[in-house]
Amino acid sequence: MTPSHDVVLVGGGGAGLRAAIAIAETNPRLNVAVVSKVYPMRSHTVSAEGGAAGAIAADDSLDEHAYDTISGGDWLCDQDAVEAFVREAPEELLRLEHWGCPWSRRPDGHIAVRPFGGMKKMRTWFAADKTGFHMLHTLFQTSLKYTSVVRYDEWFVTKLLVDDGRVQGVVALELMSGRVEAITARAVILCTGGCGRVFPFTTNASIKTGDGMALAYRAGAPLKDMEFVQYHPTGLPFTGILITEAARAEGGYLLNKDGYRYLQDYQLGTPQPKPVLRSMELGPRDRLSQAFMKELEKGRTIETPYGHVVHLDLRHLGRKVIDAKIPFVRELCQKYQNLDPVKDLIPVRPVVHYMMGGVHTDINGATPLSGLYAAGEVACVSINGANRLGSNSLPELLVFGARAGQAAAEYASRDAPIGAHASAQLHDERQRLERDILGKTGGRERLADIRDQMQKTLEESAGIYREGAKLAWAVGRLRELQDRMSDVAIEDHSRTFNTERVAALELACMLDVAEAIAQSALRREESRGAHQRTDFPARDDRRFLAHSVISRTSDRSVRIEYLPVRITRWPPGERIYGEVTPHDETDKATSRAIPTGARV
Amino acid sequence: MTKQIKLQVARYRPEQESEPAFDEYEVPCHSDWVVLDGLNHVKDQIDGTLSYRWSCRMGICGSCGMTVNGEPKLTCATFLDDYAPGPVRVEPLRNFPVIRDLVVDLGDFMQKLVRVKPWIVRSVEKPLAAGEYLQSPEEMDEYKQFSMCINCMLCYSACPIYGLDPKFIGPAAIALAQRYNLDSRDEGAAERLEILSEHEGIWGCTFVGECTKVCPKNVNPAGAIQRYKLNAALESVKSFFLPRGA
Repeated sequence: MTPSHDVVLVGGGGAGLRAAIAIAETNPRLNVAVVSKVYPMRSHTVSAEGGAAGAIAADDSLDEHAYDTISGGDWLCDQDAVEAFVREAPEELLRLEHWGCPWSRRPDGHIAVRPFGGMKKMRTWFAADKTGFHMLHTLFQTSLKYTSVVRYDEWFVTKLLVDDGRVQGVVALELMSGRVEAITARAVILCTGGCGRVFPFTTNASIKTGDGMALAYRAGAPLKDMEFVQYHPTGLPFTGILITEAARAEGGYLLNKDGYRYLQDYQLGTPQPKPVLRSMELGPRDRLSQAFMKELEKGRTIETPYGHVVHLDLRHLGRKVIDAKIPFVRELCQKYQNLDPVKDLIPVRPVVHYMMGGVHTDINGATPLSGLYAAGEVACVSINGANRLGSNSLPELLVFGARAGQAAAEYASRDAPIGAHASAQLHDERQRLERDILGKTGGRERLADIRDQMQKTLEESAGIYREGAKLAWAVGRLRELQDRMSDVAIEDHSRTFNTERVAALELACMLDVAEAIAQSALRREESRGAHQRTDFPARDDRRFLAHSVISRTSDRSVRIEYLPVRITRWPPGERIYGEVTPHDETDKATSRAIPTGARV
Repeated sequence: MTKQIKLQVARYRPEQESEPAFDEYEVPCHSDWVVLDGLNHVKDQIDGTLSYRWSCRMGICGSCGMTVNGEPKLTCATFLDDYAPGPVRVEPLRNFPVIRDLVVDLGDFMQKLVRVKPWIVRSVEKPLAAGEYLQSPEEMDEYKQFSMCINCMLCYSACPIYGLDPKFIGPAAIALAQRYNLDSRDEGAAERLEILSEHEGIWGCTFVGECTKVCPKNVNPAGAIQRYKLNAALESVKSFFLPRGA
């Protein structure tokens, strides 16, 4: 018999678990299933380090958080969504405190906040530098008390069941047994996270293969703003392990090969010994990653076997601050880079970190496809616009996980009967999987080769700086790799925990998502936030103050449309860092920089 | 020519083999490669049929625990070079049923995790509007280390008691119970005490501390167990003299 639930969540990370709890609390009679390809505590939320933004300090305001987010996103954020986000973020973070999250505290027992990149006030809540880990485990452990939430751990979703214009469940492969089953539902919420693995050098875990984006795209739900890929400025070479922005928030310097704080050359302010908000090392990620590329061009980076790097210098912070505020940074450097940031410089380079784009949703997580919702990195609401600010993604998954959960719960409580066609679709999907992957013999292409070539293609064309001809080349190349996928060799024919089959399914997802990124980047003929076109170096509000929305037509070609950005109170302006922002007069005294040009 | 190292990897496909056997692979031994990089090289370049779990490769998701040369290790944090000239023997975590190759069945732990009620228990919940529960840094230090467990299962693999008696609730679950018991916001210690003391396994735990030795996150489950045993003993003495609920 086909298992049936009121709401199925695909993915059990931060957004999925927050949504599950929201459904359980909205309507305890609803039966919720969390279907995840890994045990929930393995989800990639676990790797988030630095913190979660929510304005609570006496000198802070919701409007300032909104303004930082919107200017950080180069005015591509939907401002109604940002306003809801900044309003609900502190409440959500507080709720997590009530559920036991070990937020770092001030000596008086209140929640502590730290500075973060692109934020004009201290508003980033943190649990040392394992914020995502603590949030995920708190959510997972708290979810265990709701008996209406059941889990399908280590089930890989291969398809959304769509009938009568509505999503009515999923088809999924159980890893342990190899069986393929339909799991029907009145509503489905995608919470599968991002797709960093389409690039060769990424902070993202191996599981971040864009499955949810591909599932939606194939089912006819469009993807939005896919050209906006965030490079985090400080990843360890070779492993791509993230060194959190908190390292710079606590006072770390970025130095080029001459030991010079090079960010002062890129309109990011003037160097001060102590961190200055929205300035220098606390500028936004897009601008810092772009500055690295410029330094590289000028020959002022350091060459290593794993590419060029600059140095992150934490030595002046001292052992005590490092151990108290960023202990995981020290642990990661010692374990993986064989150096100690207390006395050594840390080699870092920009690394693919986050997708601003994703499944197109409204402010409640609803996609244009009835019965389908999305939240977290897989979704694009959009509060992140053309560049996400550090520490906005963790509150985003809480705020929009909860909103999507509530919206899906209401939808599922109303009228959303499950049709009779699920079993026929299951039969078709089983046949497709058998033919293409599960029972496939005799292919000649090596899976790892196709994957490596896809990653290389995207890095060459859709990296920090892009150019039209190269993107057009990439689209063709990715199409060719999609074709070659049909001749992929599957050596493993066991039904039991067959990870090669899963890798093939994931690669097919990544190829679809990779093409959406290249296509969207090719069509956006301007430079905005993380999307920098050398052939169109200026922002073009007349043509492109708009979200790109890509969908696939029946003949496998794509259609890209543009939706207007929703502007409420902050008309498009210039992004200014390292200076006093025009709307903020009170801070002049503290943030007026003394131009020293000093080398440190 | 890059230095090579031999991996001896335990293979078990239930449809094919009635018991585990070893396959051998030569992989590059770069100075910055971990055991997991070696396995990924095998999977990508030599033998696509090898199955194992991994994800974050930065020691925080807890997926890639295996037995390396007889010891439970996170393979993403275990360097190949440390075993040069080799061979490196990679086996699944001990004390768990093996599903396939290096993949073990975690079902038992997932059941036990729920039983210790790893969530904040309170008789009256404070409304959100009333703000946060105050908790000083010192109060946080009481439970903080027990909140660092990544559920990697290395401690269960090393635990001699769990090896003999799978009903023993085990180091990580007890550490997690203590994580909540010691949290100033929590009032659920009594409920958890009943669950933990219903099985004798915990009393069999001597202070060998294998669990603490292998923990990659310095959680000290052995300390949690000893502290808990003391509490449980005191409670049982109290309940002998006092009526329940006193």
